[in-house]
Amino acid sequence: MAEPLIERDFGTPSAALRGGALEAFGIPMLVLGGSYLGFGALVREAGLAIWHGLFSTLTGWALPGQIALLELYSVGAPLLVIASAVALTNVRLLPMVMTLMPIIDDRRYPRWSYYCAAHVIAITGWVAAMRVCPLLPQDQRLPYFAGFTGTLWISTLGATAVGFVLASAVPAYVTLGLVFINPIYFMLVFAADLRHRGRTLALIFGALAGPPLYLWSPDWCLVIAGISAGTLAFLATSTLRDQS
Amino acid sequence: MTAYWWVFVVMIIGAAVTYGWRALGVALSGRVSIESRIFEWIACVAYALLAALIARMIIFPIGPLAETHLADRAGAAIGALAIFFLTRNNLLAGVSVGAAALVALTWGRAILSWPV
Repeated sequence: MAEPLIERDFGTPSAALRGGALEAFGIPMLVLGGSYLGFGALVREAGLAIWHGLFSTLTGWALPGQIALLELYSVGAPLLVIASAVALTNVRLLPMVMTLMPIIDDRRYPRWSYYCAAHVIAITGWVAAMRVCPLLPQDQRLPYFAGFTGTLWISTLGATAVGFVLASAVPAYVTLGLVFINPIYFMLVFAADLRHRGRTLALIFGALAGPPLYLWSPDWCLVIAGISAGTLAFLATSTLRDQS
Repeated sequence: MTAYWWVFVVMIIGAAVTYGWRALGVALSGRVSIESRIFEWIACVAYALLAALIARMIIFPIGPLAETHLADRAGAAIGALAIFFLTRNNLLAGVSVGAAALVALTWGRAILSWPV
């Protein structure tokens, strides 16, 4: 069901910034907040400090990469392995930034402001911006995006801290639930996105390859599973497409 | 260097490779078509890596989840999927039920002292 395209106008760029910030409150913040609650708990249970969790959310904002880093660090993987896994996890941000930029581009704003905005491009804010920004006057698009995603970013810092504190304050059984949030969250996000044949195959191959490869090499399993299962899925889809 | 500071170093490297893609995206936008097949391959690799991580976190978890039973984690995951689809892709409902189910199953096992 496509939403009707309505021209929107906040009036001024600063009103668009406030409007974006206001629209971040709601389901997106609740769901993202829940997963960052889980991330905070995971940081605590990995034996790290609250500052580690906050620093990660502040500088490396994009949850899948943050979790991959934490999990690999916990099994004692070398730096090269962690860097490759995070890079492969977050390379999906590249095409996302490339599609959003032409939409929010406006000559009135300096180039560096787009390099700042790029730091907070992640899936939740991207989806909202791709839906709303094309309907806004050109000079309100960057402020709207910055208001919306900036608010989400700050709220996840709070959720990281709360999750960390909760993990030690609640009974151990409840902490289990908190650290279980993220695997379940990502499993469901992917389960909702099975229309695309290549990516669905990649998910299936990756899920099948991950656990056995982990037994073989806890360090390299993610990088190897990603490249091999992903490439296999890509080639299989290309072959099927060429035949049909 | 102590482990405390080493974690920050690891996170700075993680942040640098993450921001690198974002900055490259700004630099390349409008110059390279994202319809290219290479981006489809990139998406496949990222999806496969994350699926491998999620499967590993459920089947061979580390930390406190390692103390729980595989059957409980699998049951909770299946319950979360069922609720998610029954509520027409309601993430909040699915995640809450999944996390609560694991707590309930583990706690129930302890009370009833089911065999390990």
